[in-house]
Amino acid sequence: MGSRASTLLREEEIEEIKKETGFSHSQITRLYSRFTSLDKGENGALSREDFQRIPELAINPLGDRIINAFFPEGEDQVNFRGFMRTLAHFRPIDDNEKKSAASSEPPLNSRANKLQFAFRMYDLDRDDKISRDELLQVLRMMVGVNISDDQLGSIADRTIQEADTSGDGCISFNEFMKVLENVDVEHKMSIRFLH
Amino acid sequence: MVWFTWPTDNLLCRCPGLSITVWLTLLFVLIIAPAVLGGFFNIHTLYVRTLLKIFEWTSLLMDKRAKNTNQHIHKPCLRGIIAKDPPLSLQQAIQGFGGSVSCQHSKPKFEMSDVFYFNQRGVESIVDDEFTKCFSAQELESWNLLTRSKYNFPPISLRLVVLWSLGLLIRYGLLLPLRVMLAVTGIGLFLILSTLVGFLPKIQLRSYLSERVHLMGYHFCIRSLTAIITYHDRENKPKNDGICVANHTTPIDVIILANDHGYSMVGQVHGGLLGMIQRAMIKSSPHIWFERAEVKDRHLVAQRLSDHVADKTKQPILVFPEGTCVNNSSVMMFRKGSFEIGCTVYPVAIKEGEDAIQFANRVKAAIAARAGLVDLTWDGGLKRAKVKDALKAEQQKLYSKVLLGEHKEQSDKLGEGGNPG
Repeated sequence: MGSRASTLLREEEIEEIKKETGFSHSQITRLYSRFTSLDKGENGALSREDFQRIPELAINPLGDRIINAFFPEGEDQVNFRGFMRTLAHFRPIDDNEKKSAASSEPPLNSRANKLQFAFRMYDLDRDDKISRDELLQVLRMMVGVNISDDQLGSIADRTIQEADTSGDGCISFNEFMKVLENVDVEHKMSIRFLH
Repeated sequence: MVWFTWPTDNLLCRCPGLSITVWLTLLFVLIIAPAVLGGFFNIHTLYVRTLLKIFEWTSLLMDKRAKNTNQHIHKPCLRGIIAKDPPLSLQQAIQGFGGSVSCQHSKPKFEMSDVFYFNQRGVESIVDDEFTKCFSAQELESWNLLTRSKYNFPPISLRLVVLWSLGLLIRYGLLLPLRVMLAVTGIGLFLILSTLVGFLPKIQLRSYLSERVHLMGYHFCIRSLTAIITYHDRENKPKNDGICVANHTTPIDVIILANDHGYSMVGQVHGGLLGMIQRAMIKSSPHIWFERAEVKDRHLVAQRLSDHVADKTKQPILVFPEGTCVNNSSVMMFRKGSFEIGCTVYPVAIKEGEDAIQFANRVKAAIAARAGLVDLTWDGGLKRAKVKDALKAEQQKLYSKVLLGEHKEQSDKLGEGGNPG
């Protein structure tokens, strides 16, 4: 009759995801049905092609970088837990979070974690530093063919000059956070999930 | 022993024979005769209304039970997963509203936070995009006593289980054989009558008869599918000189539309049962069936369509410009082929399961907006092919403009204002 019992989400799993990510029960079930609708191969995991099938994402200049953020180092498949963990970065920071400060780790959607997501957009080789090359590559992705190499190079140089306080020619995560300390990260990196 | 078994045999033979006769008479009187003569019978409306009341009652029951036992019931979300803000232009989103402080910059202004915008848009589209939604089956609002959603509805009370098994019995034991029989009778009758009409010479009577035969065939299909169709704005029915375009939700759209008025179909030649039906149809009225190879030759297609339209005695053609089946929630980009012929185009909107007022309002809005615009710009063929790179290049161009464009805008303003710094 159309129910795929083998891929249904069990209550225990929902509880675990709830604790880890902070999503509500109904949000998790809805995101699960979204996950399964993207999973064309029906093997319980998403591949890069599954993401690329979304047209709005395919025309996003940073589409490939965003897709990459979902996949852990060296892996080609992301399961539902991984999917939710990455999406959790985009939950809005609300007052409820202050209550669960008892847990040792900061919640996935804390300001620091959101900034880390953005940092990884730039950090192509995941060595926790943004080099001039990496910055150039990301800039090139965003502007396409419309700006010359020289201009782009000078933009990159200026940005690194402003941000790099340690003088090593690369931007570390702390320097990145310092540059963005006045930016309203909470709103710009949040998606309002309906209850 | 012989005379003892003989009466029982006789009885056993008679019983099924008797019941079949009764059954067939009932069938004929109640359903076949009105279908052939073209009348509608309101038993179905009554049946559907009763069903709807039962579904309402069951869902109320389930809600109550769920509250009592504190279980979670899956409620399909009809409003969407996320709340999207009205889309800002790229410029506003990246630089915020109200002028930015650095007005006099002659150099392009890049912030490391510019990625935030693309991140947010990207992840939003992963969670909820317009395109993928169109191709997934819609979820029902409440359980219809047969699981169709992915989540199993647990048997909550004895009453529900009894009702469910009763429903199962009626649906599979009574209604299913009835409908199958109807379908078979319908198709058989249609094939025979259509061929017969084809033998008549080309006179007025023939086209009248062929239309009646076609309508009868469709009435049968409708009965076997137990569709309840409401036609709105019948005065806008297409006339003989044009093309009728409609959105495509299911393969039976054709039958639903044709139930009301005879149309000429356009389609590929098929084999098997469908091919037989196609050949029968073409004997009595002019449909346009293409060989596979011809479909690719657009001029040939256009030529045949224009020829058909030019002939005023032929019925209007029915075309589905989306090119693919879409679910009930949106309309995809229309392919331009059917609009190149240069004749009158009659739009038709098909929507499942809605009451008259909602439908009327929507059709009014749709017609007003339809003067050249379509609701979605995504090509339905993207289901199978990749997005064109040109669209991505547009986004990149927009961002570049934002990067460089600021000082250009400011210099324009200075030129106009006349009072430099």
